[in-house]
Amino acid sequence: MANKTRVCARVNGEQVEFLCEPYQSLLECLRDILGLTGTKDGCNDGNCGACSVLLDGQLVNSCLVLGVEIEGREVTTVEGLADWRGLHPIQLAVVEEDAVQCGYCTPGILIAAKALLDREPNPSERRIRTWMAGNLCRCTGYDKIVRAIMRAARSCAQYDPPLYNGRNKARR
Amino acid sequence: MRKKETGRADQSTLTGGYAVIGTRPPRYDAVDKVTGRALYGPDIRLPGLLHGKVLRSPHAHARILSIDTTCAEALPGVYAVVTAEDLPRAEDRRARLGEGAVNFKYLCDNILASAKVLYVGHAVAAVAASTPHIAEQALALIDVEYSLLPAVVDVLEATRDTAPLLHEHMGTRSLAGESRTPSNTASHFQQVKGDPEKGFAEADVVVEREFRTATVHQGYIEPHAGTAIWGADGRLTVYATTQGAFTARDQLAELLDLPMSRIRVVPTEVGGAFGGKVTTYVETVAALLSRRAGRPVKIVMSRSEVFLASGPTSGTAIRVKMGATRAGRITAAQAELYYEAGAYPGSPVGSGAGVMFGPYDIPHGQIDGYDVVVNKPKTGSYRAPGGTPANSAAEQVIDELAERIGMDPLEFRMLNSAKEGTRQIDGAVHTHIGCYEVLETAREHPHYSAPLEGPHRGRGVAHAYWGNWGAQSSSAISVNADGTVAMVTGSVDLTGTRTSLAMQAAEALGLTLEQIVPSVADTDSIGYTEVSAGSRTTVATGQSVVKAARDVIAQMSERAATLWGVPADTVSFHRGTFTTGQDATKSTTFGELAAMLSRTGGPITGVGNIDVQEWGAAFGTHIVDLEVDPETGKVTILRYTVVQDVGRAIHPSEVEGQMQGGAVQGIGWALYEGYQYDEGGQMLNPTFLDYKLPTALDVPSIECVIVEVPYPKHPYGIRGVGETPILPPPAAIANAIYRAVGRRMDRLPMTPGRILEKMGVI
Repeated sequence: MANKTRVCARVNGEQVEFLCEPYQSLLECLRDILGLTGTKDGCNDGNCGACSVLLDGQLVNSCLVLGVEIEGREVTTVEGLADWRGLHPIQLAVVEEDAVQCGYCTPGILIAAKALLDREPNPSERRIRTWMAGNLCRCTGYDKIVRAIMRAARSCAQYDPPLYNGRNKARR
Repeated sequence: MRKKETGRADQSTLTGGYAVIGTRPPRYDAVDKVTGRALYGPDIRLPGLLHGKVLRSPHAHARILSIDTTCAEALPGVYAVVTAEDLPRAEDRRARLGEGAVNFKYLCDNILASAKVLYVGHAVAAVAASTPHIAEQALALIDVEYSLLPAVVDVLEATRDTAPLLHEHMGTRSLAGESRTPSNTASHFQQVKGDPEKGFAEADVVVEREFRTATVHQGYIEPHAGTAIWGADGRLTVYATTQGAFTARDQLAELLDLPMSRIRVVPTEVGGAFGGKVTTYVETVAALLSRRAGRPVKIVMSRSEVFLASGPTSGTAIRVKMGATRAGRITAAQAELYYEAGAYPGSPVGSGAGVMFGPYDIPHGQIDGYDVVVNKPKTGSYRAPGGTPANSAAEQVIDELAERIGMDPLEFRMLNSAKEGTRQIDGAVHTHIGCYEVLETAREHPHYSAPLEGPHRGRGVAHAYWGNWGAQSSSAISVNADGTVAMVTGSVDLTGTRTSLAMQAAEALGLTLEQIVPSVADTDSIGYTEVSAGSRTTVATGQSVVKAARDVIAQMSERAATLWGVPADTVSFHRGTFTTGQDATKSTTFGELAAMLSRTGGPITGVGNIDVQEWGAAFGTHIVDLEVDPETGKVTILRYTVVQDVGRAIHPSEVEGQMQGGAVQGIGWALYEGYQYDEGGQMLNPTFLDYKLPTALDVPSIECVIVEVPYPKHPYGIRGVGETPILPPPAAIANAIYRAVGRRMDRLPMTPGRILEKMGVI
């Protein structure tokens, strides 16, 4: 216990505080300490993208970030996408395009897609395929995932301010 | 998507007019999966949970001289250490298991090695500790003394007399019995039809080729994970990410020598399986650790452990010889298949042999299959087990035959297509197949006639056959007072079967899909149900839910009869409404009757227990356009079309998902994937960095053409869909590479280096 470090951060808009070993990854902290098991461990070495989260809006593999590194920063995981108003347009598009099969890569896919659409609201198919190359999916062959992201790009344009940064949650 | 209906005269009842079947509703599991709520194997969290880790052999082949666990046990935070000593011994159970004792010993030894380790990654011992990190530290404190033995990882080298023997007492099994000479060739079978020599004598053109394919992995993103709770009352509960809760339970019962009734397996959501989660690995070890520790224990494999110590599919060596007349008729086919079984016997060479020439009417043929042990992990099932290497070999030879004769490759296949009553080389007879229809649809597809211009570009095709599976399934449908129903099945939902099964139940009950609430039961809650594998779930468990739905209707008809005072056999049911022939004024809906259950005799549960003994087959043709970079050897896929007979598409989006996903796995097998070994049997690429799966950037949009030739023995005419699409890609791509650069490929994966070698560039 003596070696553990106290970390304060915002996760999905909520202030959190936890103790972790200095060697524990953010992925481990999210899943085992904070109980946010939506973020998945597929390879634990940065090659599958299943553990993708946003760190201050930046797309990262949470298995390659240490838990202690998020001190004072903001993390968005798949659990932070939907709010009381319902699914985020990217989630909705993935449901509507049947882009989920086993669903294990899906949280990472959603986060990576959000990171793309946040910076490029209208990406081409080629751009989507290039951006998503860091997220492995073994079930779908990517076709429906790419279609879902293109559909989400269309609906995100009409979407009310982001729900996932927590400020809206506070307002409700 | 273009949809082709190929109705047949005798199947007028199967030609559609459905309310639910054929629609594309959102999947039941989709919202849980996009919000992170779905619980997979590694997500199980329990009070007092300990974390297990497995010590694995660093050697490909060695005798275990001693294992000292004292230091590991003394580490603070360690609660249990187990070795093979903790497993019930196979020798002690020979009397009961008889012939099965040998296989059981192999199964035990693969879970935790006893006398020898047979591959790098072979489990030797395991630790449960308060954190995964302490468990890992403890593994480093276990002292194992090995005596090294020479290893063999190549299937053909393993068959040589001089090869190191994995199992000193194993002879070769064949129809003649088991040979006395010890050998790594565990078995040999031979199938003969007609007179192959005569067939080749009748041929104008004969093509003979040899092929090699590498060991490949299913590549599911969720690693194996199991959580075991061994209660003080001796009852064991296991949360498992498995394709079959009941088979997992039965494997645990065998391995732990427990009555099956003492074990409850709760299937979690499964993060990809493709055949690789039929066998259990860590679940048994977690159970042993939990018994020792008196606390729940979870084991999650690392990615490298998944590569090294689960069940990838066979590397192979295949020789194919085929002959045809100038007029384009195949006269004979012959093949020798050598499949790696991994460390213990049991490769899928039989099913490879069973499907490789299946799409064609071939008068004379012979197939010899060899099951060979090597110092690699014991192979498991992978989507159409054994089929892809064999199909890839046969379809490349067929392409070359067509070329030599000067025929279009699809025309050649259509001319020789299997049809009703065609007898295959293994003796099985095709019935109700859509082989020709699929080929014809592919030939008519705009992709096949589209211009493909530019240097180093080529178009290839390949065709494939895969049989479905039936077997046992159990379902129960209970009626709620609000007119909805709860549908419980024993089939683990890998990729949308809760939805495809509920759609069949909705159709049978005349309800909307929203009125069906499907769930997957644990092993205490429903009858025995076979694994979700073999393209069987929507087919066989589908028949089970239809049977349960019909049982519900029969019981509700009796209630209506009682209410109306008419004989039950006068009540009929159509599209959600009960009527009686005795009184035209009497009519009630399913919902109205459901509301009256409590006043007419109580709850109603319909039961669908079934053992499906007849099932269909699914044929598929793939068309690919690609470009080869002559300087780097890199293949870029420009266009890809999948044509497949699915009988009837229950949920066309899910069907497309299977076709697209299978095709892309096949593309990975063709171009990128393969275990690489050094001479000592060390796997060189056990990470997703070095073992490359296709990414979104490597593949184009996969176009799907659903052909519907209904299978008449299923109430809705459906065929299993999942496996066929992985078969054609390697051959289609190899055939396209030939047209692009004029070189026939003979090894999988067809990496840039191998293509450049063939082109004479390097």
